[in-house]
Amino acid sequence: MIAANLPALQVVLPLLGAVLCAFLQRGVWAWGIALVVSVAMPFVAAGLLIQVLDGGIISYAMGGWEPPIGIEYRIDVVNAFLLLLVSVIGAVIMPYAKRSVEKEIAPEHQPWFYAIYLLCLCGLLGIVITGDAFNVFVFMEVSSLATYALIAMGRDRRALLAAYQYLIMGTIGATFYVIGVGLLYSMTGTLNLADMANRLEGIENSRAVLAALAFLTVGISLKLALFPLHVWLPNAYTYAPSMATAFLAATATKVAVYLLLRYFFTVFGASIIFTRLPVAEIFLILSLAAMFGASIVAVFQDNVKRMLAYSSVAQIGYITLGIAIANKTGLTGGIVHLFNHALIKGALFMAIGAVFYQIGSVKLDDLAGLGKRMPITMGAFVMAGLSIIGVPGTVGFVSKWYLGLGAFEQGWWWLVFLLVASSLISVVYIGRIVEVVWFRPVSAAAKRAKEPPLSMLLPTLLLVAATVYFGFDTSLTAGIAERAAEWLLAGIR
Amino acid sequence: MDLLQTIVAHYNHWIIIFLMVSGLYIVVARGNMIKKLVGLGLFQTSVYLLYLSPGKILGGTPPILSPQFSVYSNPLPHVLILTAIVVGVATLALGLALVVRINEAFGTIEEDEIFAGEEDE
Repeated sequence: MIAANLPALQVVLPLLGAVLCAFLQRGVWAWGIALVVSVAMPFVAAGLLIQVLDGGIISYAMGGWEPPIGIEYRIDVVNAFLLLLVSVIGAVIMPYAKRSVEKEIAPEHQPWFYAIYLLCLCGLLGIVITGDAFNVFVFMEVSSLATYALIAMGRDRRALLAAYQYLIMGTIGATFYVIGVGLLYSMTGTLNLADMANRLEGIENSRAVLAALAFLTVGISLKLALFPLHVWLPNAYTYAPSMATAFLAATATKVAVYLLLRYFFTVFGASIIFTRLPVAEIFLILSLAAMFGASIVAVFQDNVKRMLAYSSVAQIGYITLGIAIANKTGLTGGIVHLFNHALIKGALFMAIGAVFYQIGSVKLDDLAGLGKRMPITMGAFVMAGLSIIGVPGTVGFVSKWYLGLGAFEQGWWWLVFLLVASSLISVVYIGRIVEVVWFRPVSAAAKRAKEPPLSMLLPTLLLVAATVYFGFDTSLTAGIAERAAEWLLAGIR
Repeated sequence: MDLLQTIVAHYNHWIIIFLMVSGLYIVVARGNMIKKLVGLGLFQTSVYLLYLSPGKILGGTPPILSPQFSVYSNPLPHVLILTAIVVGVATLALGLALVVRINEAFGTIEEDEIFAGEEDE
């Protein structure tokens, strides 16, 4: 009974949890509910992944209405993998959230904070699990509206501006998405993504379909912060509460990338995307611009959170580079990096959140000498930083290895040099932090700092340990990513 | 003559495109945060029309099974757009709430003034 209804539980549980949280008065109780729900999610997702790896695609008719008329939840290797990623991050971050939220959010707002967090989780999981184009839009708006509110809860008054800016850009992105879906719907008469893919056969070249593709690509790219549509991201990540930043940086953009993969490979098919249109070239150029442009901007930031936010834009470049390379190895690299970057950025932002918890600042100068006061936290930060750079033995290396191999297979040997060169820039900005933290005299702000409470330290260390573990044992991550890539490319007509 | 006919026959699309572009233009060109939200609303509303206008078939009836009717209009776009309207209202409400808070925190809702003030700090 439960096994058959896992797809529904994945979305309904957080939704119910959010409603419950909103009725509670005390932050601790709301935290308890959010904890229970978030910890249950990875088990649901793991159950789904096991089912998919054993028996192929799961098709779940929501409410008993058979697809393609009803809303179908359709789970294959790609989105089962994503579901697991998002729910694991959501679970790991919850123990961490308690102390961080107590410090940064006013007591009367805490239940709301957890309610909104669960709504955001529900939306993100919903986008991934559903197989219905319009349902994606609904979940996209559930998660986006929740995200705007999460960002606006930041302490700094500029958090409000960041949330407003993101609301404008995010709504434009979502509306572009709806326009694309509307055009596809008027061409095919269906909203079911699998059905849509079949019915697009033969009319791929009509102008309405191409216009739909353009609207979808731009709309989703806004959500995933593809350079140059990333302008909302640095402010949003800088001023959001620490816990929200860690969660969003690890999940939100990844889910948007998944959506892009879904449309490019499953709905339109790689043949129209890559052989008839110059999508690969456009993504190649934009990815490279992100990898270099955003990395260089990151070097000159004095606020560590903002530095990491720009680094996120650069890392998204690596993921979309995998799409641009578009052979099996390259795509595997992109999908692996999706997973790896979620771990790395989650760990980095959690470490910085712990720093903020202790010294109340994330300015680079205030972090001076912190390595002597918080050696474990800063050690974790450096380990995750090495992963961003792509040092062998960390997950960052695994993704870049696959991307490099994919580029070679494609005959783009020059791309390998560019990969190395952009990694060198990340050495500079991570190096700047390492230098300040370990080799400078202790700053006034850091004088009385000590290690954060265990509830914050352990989740951070867990993610850092995962970045090292999956750097050596790639059978789970790269293995599944390879199957996912194979599956996506097999969708080519 | 053919071209003219095509243009006239698609008059609903011209209206949609006009609304869409003017909404986007307001969002980009105005610095007042309320006006931006108005533009955003206009932009979203144009999409409602994009869905609704192809759903209507001349002479079509609601989809009620009966021997007298053979041509039906598609009801699904209406349902979709009902959802989209709810989403639009929620977005607008959240946007306005943010603008109220911004006004309390900064004392203005003009983007230029806010950014000018931020640079002084």
